[in-house]
Amino acid sequence: MKVMRLAGLMRKETYEILRDPSSIAIAFVLPLVLLLIFGYGVSLDARSISIAEVVEHPTQLTASFLAELQHSPWFRPTVYSDEGSAEQALMHGRADAIISLRSDFTRLSYSSGSAPVRLTVNGVDANQARIIENYVNGTWLLWLQQEATRQGTRLATPVVADTRVWFNPSLRSRDYLIPGLIAIIMTLIGALLTALVVAREWERGTMEGIMVTPVTTTEILLGKLIPYSAMGMGGMMMSTAMAVFLFDVPLRGSLLVLFSTAALFLLTALGMGLVISVLARSQFVAAMIAIVTTFLPAFILSGFLFDIRSMPEIIQVLTHIVAARYFVTMLQSSFLAGDIWSVILPNAFGMAILCAVFLGIALFRFRKRLD
Amino acid sequence: MRLIFQRVFALTIKELLALLRDAASRAVLIGPPIIQLLVFGYAATFELKHVPFVVYNQDQGQLSRDFIARFAGSPSFDLLSMVHDQKGLEQAIDNKSALMAIDIGPNFSSDLERGRATHVQLILDGRDSNTAGLATGYAQSIVTTFNGVQIAEHGGNPPSTVLLDRAWFNPNLDSQWFIVPGICGILTLLVSLLTTGLSVAREREMGTFDQLLVTPMRPTEILLGKALPGFLVGTVEGSLIVMVSIFWFHVPFTGSLLGLYLGLFCFLLSTVGIGLMISSLAVTQQQGLLGVFLFMVPAIVLSGFATPIANMPEVVQYITLLDPLRYFLVILRGSFLEGAGPSLFWPQYWPLAVIGIISMIVAGRLFRRRLS
Amino acid sequence: MQSTLIRAGRIDMDAVVVRNLSKSFGKGVGRRDALKSISLQLPLGTMTAFIGPDGAGKTTLMRLLAGILTPDAGEIRVLGHLLPKEALTLQSQIGYMPQHFGLYEDLTVEENLNLFADLHGIPHGMREGRFAELLTMTALGPFRKRLAGQLSGGMKQKLGLACTLIHPPQLLLLDEASVGVDPISRRELWSIIQQQVVGQKVTVLLSTAYMDEAERCDHVVLLHEGEILAQGNPAQLAAPFQGHAFVLENVPTAPRNLQSRVAQLTGVVDTVIQGDGLRIVMQEPRPPVLRDDLAPFGTPKAVPARLEDAFVSLLFRRTPRHLIPLPTHRDTSQDDATVVVVKDLYRYFGAFLAVNNISFSVRKGEIFGLLGANGAGKSTTFRMLCGLLPSSSGTLRVAGVDLRTATASARARIGYVSQKFSLYGSLSVRQNLSFFSAAYGLENRRRKERMAWALEELELKDYTAMNAGSLPLGYKQRLALACALMHEPSILFLDEPTSGVDPLARREFWARVNALAAGGTTCLVTTHFMEEAEYCDHLVLMSLGEILAQGTPTEIKDMVRRPDLPKPSMEDAFISLIEEHELTSRRAS
Repeated sequence: MKVMRLAGLMRKETYEILRDPSSIAIAFVLPLVLLLIFGYGVSLDARSISIAEVVEHPTQLTASFLAELQHSPWFRPTVYSDEGSAEQALMHGRADAIISLRSDFTRLSYSSGSAPVRLTVNGVDANQARIIENYVNGTWLLWLQQEATRQGTRLATPVVADTRVWFNPSLRSRDYLIPGLIAIIMTLIGALLTALVVAREWERGTMEGIMVTPVTTTEILLGKLIPYSAMGMGGMMMSTAMAVFLFDVPLRGSLLVLFSTAALFLLTALGMGLVISVLARSQFVAAMIAIVTTFLPAFILSGFLFDIRSMPEIIQVLTHIVAARYFVTMLQSSFLAGDIWSVILPNAFGMAILCAVFLGIALFRFRKRLD
Repeated sequence: MRLIFQRVFALTIKELLALLRDAASRAVLIGPPIIQLLVFGYAATFELKHVPFVVYNQDQGQLSRDFIARFAGSPSFDLLSMVHDQKGLEQAIDNKSALMAIDIGPNFSSDLERGRATHVQLILDGRDSNTAGLATGYAQSIVTTFNGVQIAEHGGNPPSTVLLDRAWFNPNLDSQWFIVPGICGILTLLVSLLTTGLSVAREREMGTFDQLLVTPMRPTEILLGKALPGFLVGTVEGSLIVMVSIFWFHVPFTGSLLGLYLGLFCFLLSTVGIGLMISSLAVTQQQGLLGVFLFMVPAIVLSGFATPIANMPEVVQYITLLDPLRYFLVILRGSFLEGAGPSLFWPQYWPLAVIGIISMIVAGRLFRRRLS
Repeated sequence: MQSTLIRAGRIDMDAVVVRNLSKSFGKGVGRRDALKSISLQLPLGTMTAFIGPDGAGKTTLMRLLAGILTPDAGEIRVLGHLLPKEALTLQSQIGYMPQHFGLYEDLTVEENLNLFADLHGIPHGMREGRFAELLTMTALGPFRKRLAGQLSGGMKQKLGLACTLIHPPQLLLLDEASVGVDPISRRELWSIIQQQVVGQKVTVLLSTAYMDEAERCDHVVLLHEGEILAQGNPAQLAAPFQGHAFVLENVPTAPRNLQSRVAQLTGVVDTVIQGDGLRIVMQEPRPPVLRDDLAPFGTPKAVPARLEDAFVSLLFRRTPRHLIPLPTHRDTSQDDATVVVVKDLYRYFGAFLAVNNISFSVRKGEIFGLLGANGAGKSTTFRMLCGLLPSSSGTLRVAGVDLRTATASARARIGYVSQKFSLYGSLSVRQNLSFFSAAYGLENRRRKERMAWALEELELKDYTAMNAGSLPLGYKQRLALACALMHEPSILFLDEPTSGVDPLARREFWARVNALAAGGTTCLVTTHFMEEAEYCDHLVLMSLGEILAQGTPTEIKDMVRRPDLPKPSMEDAFISLIEEHELTSRRAS
């Protein structure tokens, strides 16, 4: 490897980047737009759950229960006169859940102590349904306590579970989604930047001219990798700044660790782009592969939204070839917890292996041959 | 008129041949959507299974062991290990080996036996707060069941009411039923965008576009000839994906096929229209690819595929009104799970049709402007 | 010091030694042998040309010698290095210019040079001198800071050559370096190459479609379907055909009408229009017998045979020529009507004036030629005529209408063959034909007729199921012509149809155009093969967006006839007219 050749290639790549605004758009405009949309658009915190209330026989007891719902910040209750119209509302998506108190509610609660609060949720979005159930459950428990106190009795709760959530006590989903989003955006940038660059050189015939010079394949690939990594890091810094200053995500780890892991990740993502680029000699096929293999796998298989441990075993194995998987974990730790080496090291190791595999394939499959 | 039909038909056939005769593009068009449906259908689940937890048990009695056994025996939780000090507990959470830790104090059994309330601490890793939130709910319900047994055995004042919950359309709250129809929508979007979004740029780069322009075909005919293949491929692939969902994933299909296909038609009208808009703007394939990405990624994120639209800030909610996938997901989920038919879908059909018609007109304008 | 020793030690060695070299592409049914066990030995310090029809294996051989293809079998030694093992070492000693030299179009001239200097490891201290030398040689000095993408075709090619020469190579490989380059740039390229051979003792291997270029080489290798048909110096190759070549001089009528008739005579291998005369090559060393109405044209005079005669004759033995019959009837309606009118036409691209006030008109049934250097505005004019590009100002009439604004159906009257191959590569020959006939709105029965006609007349029958993209270049050209002719247009636009096509295919192509014109079709052609200008009835010579001269070929040559140049060729006329024009426009500015 000769420094002069590598430097020459890097300089060439830099000029091309600077003179083609679309690369700069990919590195800086794309993360800006995506992070804004995602940051505001993706949230799992249920807010203003619209609840249809049906009370067949209003009493003081039912009124106190409804007041509790009314006071909760989560619910937006609407009163319906009968079960039928509430069901219609649920059907048409005007209500997320129905709470109905039958006419015998008050009587049963004083006599048998098993008066049913009937909750019906729309189960189509199972995750949301479960969250609604949890919220209603919590509100109902709180009301029980208060009701018992008001009546001078104590509610028997032998075991009281005090929940403490570390790193994100208020369970703000944005705090953990944004680090994950950064990982996904960086995957997109990495693949988009490099997926087309080698295929383009084949199509334009520039590769043939380069190939008959004494330059080695390693130099050609590094000449692509380094400038694009630098640009990707620029995008990363911008995203981090946005996360901290715009979305108020705490950054508890050190910047050094954050950017070192980001550099390693970018190398992996760019390596994957290079593999696509080397394998597909036409831009059209490279584009198709890039679309299919980057965004959706990073979105679904990285653990950013769906818990990897809950996936079937075979798919859990499959997630190991998704670079974003490691990066999502590391970013969530870096932002919310700090430099925890027992998280960083194994994930960095996994990513390094993946990186080596991608670069190895790119190097192995990319030979200075036309056949 | 017959001539126009003949020319558009010829162009459609040509587009389909060009897509399907090339082994690489054929493979990319058919293989990945099915593979993705299979992989993502299993991967995208919000259910919690096997959440690893550790226990720091300072209590010596039998009751604490019963309490732990209830967690360990639940399909949602897996007991990772017992730790022997606070530090072990902290480490397990820190290095993400456990998502939850249960800290049981020394007086757990004795308190309960004396009929006194006792406290346990549940510590959760908030780095993944969705999982943490769900796990809290699961844990609470285990604790509630345990309490019920305790009250029955040791007496006490039970709560005066019970909460009975049930879920419509998806009684077991199976999140696969929710996700798989969503993936159907995403993949249909992907395929129809890919077939239309790069097609004009590709002809421009290959130089065949001029050859096309010197024939007596009108711009509108060319555009129609580019739109139809997107429609056909989208319909065929969409149907295939729906079939896999029904017969492989056993997602119940309770609605009407007519309602679904009307929706698919309107949806394709809008995605093909948007694809053609990208196509008429892009000079190179790279720009086309960028355009497809810039539309597709927000369209998926803002569609309510994984995170509910109701959770978004109001401004963003207005933006989602422009997202065709948003409407199509309602139609898909409605048709699959809610047993809804065409009459319930009018609020979805008309925005899709409007987006489709407007984007087609804009694409036609842009296309004609590009030519001059 | 060491390198000089090695160089000295190799003086008596061969630059290239190839033994039993084979190379094929594809697998199974699609397998194609590009080279079939060829052996070759080329001494150092010589200049060798590879010639042969398309698909003969010239490019494959060049790439193998540059070490960027792996041979299937056989031994290759270049400059003493065994390939492909020592490819990397070899690549630091050679310069290779591929057919489509890929310059980085987003980089300036100087940045391109710097890149290749870096890749060849030239120390910074030595660069300035070398750059200055190369930039003077290529006359690119004033354009140092210009982006390569904004250079004209000829300048790009010269810059490509400069990049190749940046590190003085011991061996220079040039794959069709002058394809698509106008005569002036071609002349400049050649003078650079010859300086290298004479001055630096560089060994040169080149492949070319121009026989006059091959004639200037020390050694010529004729390849055909992966085999070596003949090799030797140009005189040796032509020797067996001495006595076969004849010339009919001072033909009174348009030579091309005579040509197509002489070509039909028995024993005639080749006919070429040469100025006012007709060059005839015979199968046997006997002059052609001109009988009946051909008799008044006189007796052909014997002339010495040249390399091109040998080329055509040798290939003729392998694959007899397909005769293109002249049509029996001619659409004589509205003969002599003016079908294309261009008046005061301007076209700007931003501030750049691509077409500057041009006017001409074309009559029905003419072959009308647009000649000019790269970037002269020929293609722009064509694209405006076809309605692909609006004009900035001026009048355009094709068959009485402006295609830009006329109804779409008016376009059914024209056919267009563009500069680059532009059919659907992944569709088969039949599917392409079928698509274009439907696009032109042919009804079913006529479509079938025309498809049968195209497959038969353009000899595409053996290729109906093959993908258009994998056809040999000559066949692609035929298919492109067939697609443009499906609807029997009355006006045909051909934009550099013969660029990069070998001499045989070129002759065949012109015979077809000739037959079309004879049938009443108006043909507009752009070209920078000057010999092809002789086929035209009427010529327009363009440079820098302006018309320099127009008239019949003879009229144009008469413009430059001087005592010291009594018999100017079309190329002479072209070069002196353009130089004269550039001189005056420079003086004016």
